[in-house]
Amino acid sequence: MAKHSYSFYPGCSSQKAASSSNYQVSVDTMCQELDIELNEIPDWNCCSASIGYAGGGELPRLALSARNIALSEQAHGDQDIVATCAACWLATRETQERLNEDSELMAETNTALAEAGLKLKNDKKIRHMVEVLIEDIGYEELGKHVKKPLEGLKIAGYVGCQTNRPFGIAGESFENPKYLDKMIETVGAEACDNYEKKVSCCGGALAFSEPEKSQALIKDIIESAYDNGADMIVTPCPVCQMNTEVYQDQINATYGTKFKMPVVYYSTLLSVAYGKSAKEAALDGQIIKAKQLEDIAGK
Amino acid sequence: MSNYNQEMIDKYRGNFLKEVQDNVEEGDWVKMCMQCGVCSGSCPLGPHWDHPPQEIFMMIRAGKREEVLESTSMWMCTSCYNCIARCPRGLPITHIMHGLATYSKRLGLAPQQQPTAKFAQLFWDNLTKKGRVNELKLGLSLYFMNGIGEGIKTSLKMKDIGLNMLKTKRMSPMEYFGGHSCKDTKGFQAMLKKAQELEEARIGKSGS
Amino acid sequence: MADMKIGAYICKGCGLGERLDCDELATIAQRDGKAQVVQQHDFLCSAEGVKMIQADIDNEGINRVVIGACSRRAKTEAFNFQNVTISRANLREGVIWIRPDEDDLRETTQEMAADYIRMGCAEAKHSTVPASEQEKGSNDTILVVGGGITGMTAAIEAAKTGYPVHIVEKTGSLGGYAGKMWKDVPMHSPYTDPVDTPVTKLIAEVEADSRITVHLNATISKTSGAPGRFSADISTESGATTTENFGAIIQASGATPYDASQLPELGYGKSKDVVDRVELEQLAIAANGGPIKRPSDGKEVKKVTFIQCAGQRSDKEGHLNYCSGDCCLTSIKQAMYFKDQNPDIETEILFDDLRTPGAPGEDFYRSGQDKLVTFRKGKVSEVVAGSNGPLVRFKDMILDEDVEEEADLVVLATGMVANSGVDIDAVPQNEPGEWEVSVDSILNLNYRQGKDLPHLKYGFNDSHFICFPYETRRTGIYTCGPVRRPMDTQQAIDDATGATLKAIQEIENAKVGRAAHPRSGDLSYPIFRKEGCTQCKRCTVECPFGAIDEDEKRFPVFNESRCRRCGTCMGACPVRVISFENYSCDTVGQQIKNVDIPDEFDEKPRILVLACENDAYPALDMAAQQGVSYSQFARIIPVRCLGSVNTIWVTDALNSGYDGIILMGCQKGDDYQCHFVKGSEMANVRMSKVDDTLETLSLEKERVETYEIAITDIERAPKLINDMAEAVEKMGMSPFKF
Ligand code: SF4
Ligand code: SF4
Ligand code: SF4
Ligand code: SF4
Ligand code: SF4
Ligand code: SF4
Repeated sequence: MAKHSYSFYPGCSSQKAASSSNYQVSVDTMCQELDIELNEIPDWNCCSASIGYAGGGELPRLALSARNIALSEQAHGDQDIVATCAACWLATRETQERLNEDSELMAETNTALAEAGLKLKNDKKIRHMVEVLIEDIGYEELGKHVKKPLEGLKIAGYVGCQTNRPFGIAGESFENPKYLDKMIETVGAEACDNYEKKVSCCGGALAFSEPEKSQALIKDIIESAYDNGADMIVTPCPVCQMNTEVYQDQINATYGTKFKMPVVYYSTLLSVAYGKSAKEAALDGQIIKAKQLEDIAGK
Repeated sequence: MSNYNQEMIDKYRGNFLKEVQDNVEEGDWVKMCMQCGVCSGSCPLGPHWDHPPQEIFMMIRAGKREEVLESTSMWMCTSCYNCIARCPRGLPITHIMHGLATYSKRLGLAPQQQPTAKFAQLFWDNLTKKGRVNELKLGLSLYFMNGIGEGIKTSLKMKDIGLNMLKTKRMSPMEYFGGHSCKDTKGFQAMLKKAQELEEARIGKSGS
Repeated sequence: MADMKIGAYICKGCGLGERLDCDELATIAQRDGKAQVVQQHDFLCSAEGVKMIQADIDNEGINRVVIGACSRRAKTEAFNFQNVTISRANLREGVIWIRPDEDDLRETTQEMAADYIRMGCAEAKHSTVPASEQEKGSNDTILVVGGGITGMTAAIEAAKTGYPVHIVEKTGSLGGYAGKMWKDVPMHSPYTDPVDTPVTKLIAEVEADSRITVHLNATISKTSGAPGRFSADISTESGATTTENFGAIIQASGATPYDASQLPELGYGKSKDVVDRVELEQLAIAANGGPIKRPSDGKEVKKVTFIQCAGQRSDKEGHLNYCSGDCCLTSIKQAMYFKDQNPDIETEILFDDLRTPGAPGEDFYRSGQDKLVTFRKGKVSEVVAGSNGPLVRFKDMILDEDVEEEADLVVLATGMVANSGVDIDAVPQNEPGEWEVSVDSILNLNYRQGKDLPHLKYGFNDSHFICFPYETRRTGIYTCGPVRRPMDTQQAIDDATGATLKAIQEIENAKVGRAAHPRSGDLSYPIFRKEGCTQCKRCTVECPFGAIDEDEKRFPVFNESRCRRCGTCMGACPVRVISFENYSCDTVGQQIKNVDIPDEFDEKPRILVLACENDAYPALDMAAQQGVSYSQFARIIPVRCLGSVNTIWVTDALNSGYDGIILMGCQKGDDYQCHFVKGSEMANVRMSKVDDTLETLSLEKERVETYEIAITDIERAPKLINDMAEAVEKMGMSPFKF
């Protein structure tokens, strides 16, 4: 299979020693196996996620992502931009669409970019890594690389919000996207078909500012995974992963639950199924250990 | 800031809908809401909102300026985009909520003690400094945003999480000293400054 | 007609040859069915097979054709022989497709097929070839009652197609309600701004067309006759009456605005600045594009409040309990009168539900929003006098608060009341020979069932709303526009076009003596044997289409071209003197009798299913196509309508040892789906009396069931048959097997 090359926007949380650095590790492993080349955008900046609005107005926020797109065009102008973080992908893609719709905003953005010596063409697709896997690689190819099918595992595919709305993955519905389930089945595990919290909100950034309210949402997400007999949750989003994993102890303390549900990235899942080591699959990044995956990886 | 508020009051003389249309991101859409309530029913923190989106839109049309701008409601938006995906009228509700928040902040009407409002500001300050978010500093400033005493309490409550993050190398104390950054911070900041100016000029234009 | 000669043709195609013993079936046709010619064919519907049958018709004098093959609903083009009766024994959908192909079931499957062959031959024996009715009419002219947008559109459409038209308009001018409007809701994209009403253009077209004659200040004082030969007395205010003849009638009598003086709680009549929607149009016409001024003091309106559903969708005494359908769009349009003139005018629409049906609906609503008309979900409690204008008190249903707002002008979105004439179910009918004109009537029909088209709900004329709009319960008379249901201009125009097509179709049918929908093209008609009649009136009363009048001796008078061939009269007649040439008490009764009823101890019950040919029978055919199976003991006979089922069939069947009987018809009631509107309802009333029969025979009530079946009941219809089979098993066999 030919090599696939993309301009890569890693985002703040995937940096070394940041909250989803483990995501990055497993993504690297997975990409190596699938011959996907990620060329980091030089000197990229934060996209301001969806929480920058208190400080930044519309234009400054758009300028942030515009700078990243412009830098990508400068360095790898012929490549689509790929992000692994849902918020990064969304903010960047939203910027692209807004600017393409509104020529006045586009002009203003370019004026601002000129201050950093940049100019925006805005003509390359902005994509999530999941789109690359589904559209450019395909389930069939993804399946071909499986060396250790994850047989016997039941997994709840938690898609969450921002990988799903407002753009989502082409051909999937907002209310019941199936791609994570399909991936789970591709690696030989069983998907929880009726996981009703599949696209529910985990609180996003409000997990920081409104912990009680957000944790109530998170509790439901995990509880439903248990109700569906899941051994673990898999997710494509660093915010989802972090929120559903790290607060389980606090939720247990508040609600008297006994949650200990591992939450992994799809890239971890694929890496393990592809026969990679626990370290390569970033299983050491799990706060709640994914014991079953470790066992398979160790075999 | 409060001058700015007065300026707007004088200018729109009770026509709040028009004020929103002119000054709030995607505010032009507010008039198109058909009051079906789907957004309110879809909003994850909906029950905690003083006025869920549908109500906010009606209040804007009913001219309830202060009630809307001073409310904590918009700050409860998690940006889940559920409302956008479901609104039969295609309103960019999420953006309007963000836009209202930004506008109320600009007017100096945003609730002072609203945690998300504070956090959002911290986040912005954090990212604009070096171009990238420093999660540790952001976290710490978040916990201490309500003062030292509260901060220590929150930090203690959060310490296990922090430790877990450290153990799994998903957080590093070294971040506190320096940490991640863009190289061209100068260009980055110049760009932001320009964007800010342009936006203010645009608002000024509509404000004249 | 020459002597009866039956030819039976058994197909071996479509798997029939493999599943059935066709030689035996041939023998049965000959022996039991008394067919003079019996032939088998491998592929009966092929050109060759058809040729074979035609040859027998031509050379052997076969005039009763029995086809043992697929359902009567299949291959109708192939088996379309002229001047013979055609009976279809349904061996494919009715037997092999609904029975599993298993060795131990072969016997009962074969028995089923054998019965259908016997039934087909029995039907053939008792049918004759229908000759078309004798009362053909050939008048081409269409009478249009009402000169509003609907009526004018109908007239223009008809005239353009070449049919002469008379418009009878009650007032002194054409234009109707829309003629009093300033502007109309747009009828073409973009649906953004009010447009000129089509009235002026339509009037010009009507006046320019030499085929259209207009009678102003005129009403109809008498209508008689039938499709193709109606006669109408057109009376003018001056008292002059002319009589004209027509082929068909289109009733476009429209609707009248609701009388707002019944709404004092909304300030109407108390304040001059509370107006209804018609008055607002007048204010707008007076303003002629300039600022609209309020009536009390002529002040320019700066704030206007619209109150939706005024006196509508409410159970209160004197209110309309339905939605008039167009007043939401009207208020949006009227709010635009203000906004388009001066965007600074405050316009508020207080609604409970905003309903904007039709093509322009949603876009026009959006356009209103775009022009900053304020839409507010509010329940108005009252309108009283304020200091500067009417004060509206309402509860904002979204913000859950009570609000008081003053306006310069309040507009009540009042409703529309159909001009549907007298309610014939509520007023007594004139006795034969004593007919009198009624001033409240629109058509003044001299029909025995009453002077106007029957009403359905809320005073709207009954038209077959679910399947066949415009079709009323009087053949050859079609309704369109708001007289049959609430609608706006655009819909009324579409409606008028549809009704015109129907009228034309009926004129052409009447010329050749064919039935109209749903038995389109049927040449049979009810034949009545006067000698046997007891003058019981049942047929006259029950005919859903008012086709039967009464002579002065109280004998029924059939008007064949008003008849839709449903057979309800036949089902009603206690002495069975009504029949059709190819459908009668005998054609069905003999099928019932010719089913082989095994001995009680054979444990082979017989279940008779009388299935409506419009929905139930197709549903069973489709079930067969989908491989659903049902009891091998069922014998299904299609009927024209459940209304045609004469209780004698049920009594005879019970007496001859059937173990269960199922009647399958369409939905009845106000939301009927019955193709003949009232047929299935009549049948239901009749069947409620079957219980007595069951009691005299000491049989269980559960042996006779009546069900409403929709064409989509593909799973349910077979299941009901199986349920009956089970019930029979529990109750045991009927003791009446001889
Ligand atoms: S879903 Fe859309 S139309 Fe409905 S109330 Fe919310 S914003 Fe208005
Ligand atoms: S995006 Fe914001 S307003 Fe919309 S449903 Fe989610 S939380 Fe509510
Ligand atoms: S379609 Fe009917 S007539 Fe033709 S072969 Fe099949 S069963 Fe025979
Ligand atoms: S159209 Fe609107 S105003 Fe008229 S009755 Fe219906 S809902 Fe009420
Ligand atoms: S009941 Fe039916 S068949 Fe009989 S006269 Fe009336 S329309 Fe004709
Ligand atoms: S139902 Fe039969 S008996 Fe009665 S009036 Fe009609 S024809 Fe005569």
